[in-house]
Amino acid sequence: MAAVEHPVAGAAHESPDRDAPVEILPVKALPLVGLVVAAVVAAIGTNSRWALDFFHVAGGGIWTALDLFLGFVLGPILGRLSIPARIELTKKLMPKLVLIIPVLVTMTLAAGFQLARYNGMLDTSYARHAWVVASFAVVGVMAVIAIGLLEPANIAVLFELRKPQPNGAVIEKLMRRFIFTAGITGAMQIGTLIIMTRLAS
Amino acid sequence: MSAPDQVAWANRKVPPVTALWMLSLALIAGGVSYLAAYLPKRAPLGPAVGLLAASAIVLGAGVVLLARQRQFAWQRFRQVAGWTLLAYVVIAGMIEYAFVYDHTHGAVLVVMTSMLFVFMLAPPLLVGFTVARFEHTS
Repeated sequence: MAAVEHPVAGAAHESPDRDAPVEILPVKALPLVGLVVAAVVAAIGTNSRWALDFFHVAGGGIWTALDLFLGFVLGPILGRLSIPARIELTKKLMPKLVLIIPVLVTMTLAAGFQLARYNGMLDTSYARHAWVVASFAVVGVMAVIAIGLLEPANIAVLFELRKPQPNGAVIEKLMRRFIFTAGITGAMQIGTLIIMTRLAS
Repeated sequence: MSAPDQVAWANRKVPPVTALWMLSLALIAGGVSYLAAYLPKRAPLGPAVGLLAASAIVLGAGVVLLARQRQFAWQRFRQVAGWTLLAYVVIAGMIEYAFVYDHTHGAVLVVMTSMLFVFMLAPPLLVGFTVARFEHTS
């Protein structure tokens, strides 16, 4: 992404919709989040093999695809957009990601851990236990990157966009960080896919 | 604010607390992976306690570095970190419940709970700092 060279104050204020304050947390979607989390808890509580498989495989697949899309498809496109267009896209996209990414991560990891426990893969006697430990390490690194860089950048960019005169350079810096870290976690997901397919085959 | 001022504001020097708190999280992740690698057997606790202590020290060092900042949007920091902490208290509570539910007890439970406590503190600090560092104080 190129460096910001122009102030952006008022650049995105062309219609009433654009003047609406940026929503940091899409409150309307919270019941859906509650439903998904409750379903994951029920799947774990009942040890339903199908439900655990569903949440782990579907969640992991969507999480991987989303990370790769953000890092390698949307990121470069965002970098080539005009600054007002970039801000407009950021305003619409980021509040949704505040909910989508944590829910996908929770679904995938919670169901995955229970599935591994249920299948005996956590036991040190399991023939491919080293692969399971490797997956812990990969997930640990991804979690540190996501909690330390990605999530704070997501929240901070929304606070910046709520200001009467958002600082384009701050938005640019935070979005670059967000897209870059999404790309890194996406690339690490490839490692996870190799480990998981290795465990499943 | 002019364009060069905006860029200067975005790139102004701040204490390296993000790196420290990420290191703190990484040490906790290492400790949890170490303990989990031995399941269902009990891992020797020495390395886990060492990682936990190192993580707590690094977390504290970041807090001290940040506390020395005079020009900082403390009100915004408290607001954002407070709400994030609430979310992480709920998450940590659920994880702690799972520990107890799975019959974890004794020294392992103490170490796991302490790790969870450090893990619970780092994300609110990270989110609060990242938001507040771009806020104007005057």
